[in-house]
Amino acid sequence: MTPDPVAPALRHAGLNLRHASREEAEQVESDVFGFWVFLMSDAVVFATLFALFGTSLEATAGAPDLRAVVKLGPAFIETMLLLTSSFTFGMASIEFSRVHRLTRRHQRLAVRWLLVTWVLGTAFLGMEVNDFVTMAHNGATADRSFFLSAFTVLVGTHGLHVLTGVIWLPLMLLQLAGLGLDRPLKVNLIRLSLFWHFLDIVWIAIFSVVYLQGALR
Amino acid sequence: MLTETHGVAHVLLGNLTWAALPFVRAWRDPNVSEIIGTGAGAVVILGAIAMFALVTWLGKWRYLWTEWFTSLDHKKIGIMYVVLAGVMLARALVEAVLIRTQQAVAINAPGYVEPGHFAQLFTTHGSIMVFFMAMPFLTGLINYVVPLQIGARDMAFPYMNSVGFWLTAAGAALMMVSLAVGEFSTGGWSGYPPYTELAFSGGVGPDYWIWAISLSSLGSMTVGINVACTIFKMRAPGMNFMRLPLFCWTSLCTSILMIFAMPPLTAVTLLLAGDRYLGMHFFTDDGGGNMMNYVNMFWLFGHPEVYILILPAFGVYSEVISAFSSKELYGYTSLVLATMAIAVLSFTVWLHHFFTMGQGADVNAVFGIATMTIGIPTGVKIYDWIFTMFRGEVRFTPSMLFSIAFLVTFTLGGFTGIILATPPLDYAVHDSLFLVAHFHNMLIPGTLYGMVAGYMFWFPKAFGFRLNERWGRIAVACWVPGFFLAFFPLYLLGLAGMARRTQAVFDPAFRPWLYAALLGALLMISGLVTLFVQLYVSIRDRAANRVPVGDPWDARGLEWSVAAPPPEWNFATIPHVGDRDAFYWRKRNKGAYRAADHYRDIVLPKNSACGVVLGVASGLCCFGLIWHIWWMALLFGLLAVATIIVRPFMRDVTRVIPAVEVEAVDRAWLAQAHAARPVPREEEQSSLNQGLAEGFPELVAKRA
Repeated sequence: MTPDPVAPALRHAGLNLRHASREEAEQVESDVFGFWVFLMSDAVVFATLFALFGTSLEATAGAPDLRAVVKLGPAFIETMLLLTSSFTFGMASIEFSRVHRLTRRHQRLAVRWLLVTWVLGTAFLGMEVNDFVTMAHNGATADRSFFLSAFTVLVGTHGLHVLTGVIWLPLMLLQLAGLGLDRPLKVNLIRLSLFWHFLDIVWIAIFSVVYLQGALR
Repeated sequence: MLTETHGVAHVLLGNLTWAALPFVRAWRDPNVSEIIGTGAGAVVILGAIAMFALVTWLGKWRYLWTEWFTSLDHKKIGIMYVVLAGVMLARALVEAVLIRTQQAVAINAPGYVEPGHFAQLFTTHGSIMVFFMAMPFLTGLINYVVPLQIGARDMAFPYMNSVGFWLTAAGAALMMVSLAVGEFSTGGWSGYPPYTELAFSGGVGPDYWIWAISLSSLGSMTVGINVACTIFKMRAPGMNFMRLPLFCWTSLCTSILMIFAMPPLTAVTLLLAGDRYLGMHFFTDDGGGNMMNYVNMFWLFGHPEVYILILPAFGVYSEVISAFSSKELYGYTSLVLATMAIAVLSFTVWLHHFFTMGQGADVNAVFGIATMTIGIPTGVKIYDWIFTMFRGEVRFTPSMLFSIAFLVTFTLGGFTGIILATPPLDYAVHDSLFLVAHFHNMLIPGTLYGMVAGYMFWFPKAFGFRLNERWGRIAVACWVPGFFLAFFPLYLLGLAGMARRTQAVFDPAFRPWLYAALLGALLMISGLVTLFVQLYVSIRDRAANRVPVGDPWDARGLEWSVAAPPPEWNFATIPHVGDRDAFYWRKRNKGAYRAADHYRDIVLPKNSACGVVLGVASGLCCFGLIWHIWWMALLFGLLAVATIIVRPFMRDVTRVIPAVEVEAVDRAWLAQAHAARPVPREEEQSSLNQGLAEGFPELVAKRA
């Protein structure tokens, strides 16, 4: 099968939408593009939080500073968890794009990759919560200084995003089980994968700017 | 102000006590200031009851719910935005008159409102005018007009459109509730900490501000994404970027600004909430907090916001001046480039809002020069509009009169902007009435006139009958002199040293100027009344002023190529665009008002209650947060999240309009068009106008 020559190329969509009709292709193109724009807007939120964090480094007001709150070991494991989860989500996307009406094999594999992704995301969140609890035990809570507020909100906003993804993913699986792999679900899966990879990129920035800086200070 | 509640009452009602009600406060301590507050609260409550009773009496709840509240039709959502803007404009303009009255009578006298009450007045006036008047108004116009102009059936995300509207409406509702329950912030529309922190503003005022603004900001972000996506992805075949009507260009730039400028606002209001609710130290005096971070982030939003407000009005002027000069827009390409240049430059000047707050001279100089640079593309636009009128057949309709008033007034305001952009001069006049005069001089002609002009221009398209032009001209005659009278004295007062936001005045020499300004404010509120009268008169006489064929002004864009009001699906068949001003050339080449070769089924989104539920739940969640009623915040917060989760599970979200119905409606309209008598331009402000424009000017000459 060759793609419809008049249909626009699906530049962003991957989930087995290559043979979509012209209207469908245009719709998917637009739906996914909107999510890219949203991510751009969300990136601005993170940019402002990074800027705040940058100005807060010296404003510790006697409370623990960056060097004291950063534990590179757990942060490295968290990084690995999140990067691996991005990889497994990528595998899920590949399997979804190979789903064929005659065989359930690829869909089953895709679901398995998604479940692995979910476990990795949840493990990441668990470790992050543990980090914050440890910080609280050491007296490093957000209400003690500008620095700790900025640290908590920057890392915490990323964590809340991951939590959104961790809630979102099982909802997609629920739709897959109940409604099948139809177009709205495919589009939402593409969006979720974009969201997941976006959080990975943000985390790489957090790891570099927050954790590595803390370890090097 | 707040008294602590205890026990069960605290769990149920949080910090809400009897003293939160202005009626109780006025009973305990009757003075003019409290009685005015009570009056305002009573107007809100009685107004709500009266509306409720009226709708019930007319038996219109079902109609409102099915035809409007749950509608995902971009046209209806657009109209609801404009109605919201009209209501909020009325309130904020009354507050403006109260502010002017207080300053005019409080010359070496206490006046009639207390300082705290006065501070609430200027805070709500500013917050409403920016977030709940100008933003909904321009969003409404964009919503209504852009899909029609680009040949689309709806926005890219109809459901998100509804969500955005109901979030904005929830924010506006919080503004209204603050009149009847509790108090509003006294920290100005920009809400600078540390004053708005708990240490200095312990009451619920700043919380009302935070949550109302956050809701509006989230709503605007969805609007930005939606409009940008619509223009990028939903254009009709052949409608390439350089064929877009200019209103679409300015809407696109506005939406891009919203996408980039709203996140800093949402972030900064929520961080302030973090300070107030969780004891964080972003902007506090202690704990290392730094209020300059707030100021920078706020104006990173705030300056692009100025252009979010002004660019759509520039688009309206481009459409209005071109249509009523009977000429193609002069310098289309330069207008597009100027719009883009303004959009980009608007992110490079935020610091000029606080030249005096501690930067070095070099930094100030850079931002001062950047600010003046924006004057160049704006100047280009002014010339383009003037040359569009030059040798055109100019018709002085009310929209056109507002546009001409804009050209003159806005240019004068621009000159004072250059003064303020010069840091040494800014040091002399900052925080004075000179500044107040300047930004009103930009925003009233630059936004409000444009919105009103657009409302009058597109009203016949939306409702199928013209607005009464005589009352329109009376409105112009109130607004324009009213503006000059209200704000030009403020330039002089500012130069003479009168500070802004001042509740009492101590120099009797200011008296005549303050009286003149009050007179101007009264004239402007008469302008608003005449707009309502115009609406009433026009609805009363609508039978005589119908323009069902849909092109009352011999105008140019695709929006005029369909019936007035347009069918729900906008276009029976998606048009193919071969030129700029597509409809104009089609008319001239006898290609307009033709039936399609064959009609197809049209898929439209079904109504959805999710947007309403999400808006109401978010509003109630925020109300709970404001009063520390935690069960309420949690319950409705969860309801909002549940709505977001449930909606994607729904699959039955579209409906199909069968081709036969589309064809029947289209053919009925075409029959009307062929039966209608074409109206010459000079008669278009009369009942002869049925919405079908007469051909070439030469033909007019022959007929005479």
